[in-house]
Amino acid sequence: MKALRMGALFVLLLMAEVMFISAGALPQLYDPQSAAATHVADRYIADAVEETGSPNFVTAVLADYRGYDTLGETTVIFTAGLATVLLLRVSKGSASKREGDSAAEEEQV
Amino acid sequence: MNERFGTVVLDTAFRFVIPFVMLYGVYVLINGESSPGGGFQAGALLAIAVVLSRLVQGEKAVFNISGNTALILAGIGTFLYGFVGVLTLCWGGNFLEYGISPWAMLAAEKHALGILGIEIGVTLCVMATIIAIFDALTRKEEV
Repeated sequence: MKALRMGALFVLLLMAEVMFISAGALPQLYDPQSAAATHVADRYIADAVEETGSPNFVTAVLADYRGYDTLGETTVIFTAGLATVLLLRVSKGSASKREGDSAAEEEQV
Repeated sequence: MNERFGTVVLDTAFRFVIPFVMLYGVYVLINGESSPGGGFQAGALLAIAVVLSRLVQGEKAVFNISGNTALILAGIGTFLYGFVGVLTLCWGGNFLEYGISPWAMLAAEKHALGILGIEIGVTLCVMATIIAIFDALTRKEEV
C-alpha cells in the first residue's frame, strides 16, 4: 500500500514536471507568429467570405471548414444525453425497487 | 418537479418571460449565420423556455415535452445534420458541401439554406437533450 502511494506520488511529480516544461514552451498569448496563428487562420480570415459566402467567418469555420467537427459534437451531445438519461432512469428505478423490497420485508415482519 | 410551486407573482411573471425566451431562441437560431449565436445557443434557450414552463406549471405545462419525446427529438436532430450531408452527397457534391442544391438560387442562398438545415439539427439535439436530462432528474416513479 505504501509502495503504491509512493509510486502514485512519483507519477504525479513526473506529470507536474512535464506540465511545467511544456508550459514554458507555450507561445505567448496573442503572438501573431505563433504556430496556431500562422497555420490556417490567415486563410480563414482572408478567404472565408469568398469561399463560403457566409457573412460571418465564425459560421464559416463552424459549419464549413469544420463541418465534420460540428457533426461529431452534435453526436457527442446526443450520446452523452442518452447515456445520462439511461443511467438516471436505471438508478431511480432500482432505488424505488429497493424501497419496495424493504417495504415488502417490513410487511412480512 | 411534477407539481407546481410558487405563488401568483411567480406564475404570472414567468408566463410573461417564457414567450420572449422562445422568441429569442428562434432569433438566435435563424440569425446565427451572420451574428453571434447558432444552434447550440438556440437549443439551450429553447430548452430553458420548456424547463421554465415545466417548473412553473408542473406536469401539465403548456410547452411540455415528455422525456421520451425529447429523446426521439434529439435523435431526429442528430439525424437531420447527417441527412443534410448525405443529401449534398446525393446531389453530386462532397459531404456537407452546401452550395450545390438543384434549386434556382444564388450560391450564397443555397449555402445559407444548408447551414440553416444543420443548425436546426443542432438546435433540436441540444434542446431535446437538456429536456430529457431534466425530465430524468425530476422523474418521480420508474417507467
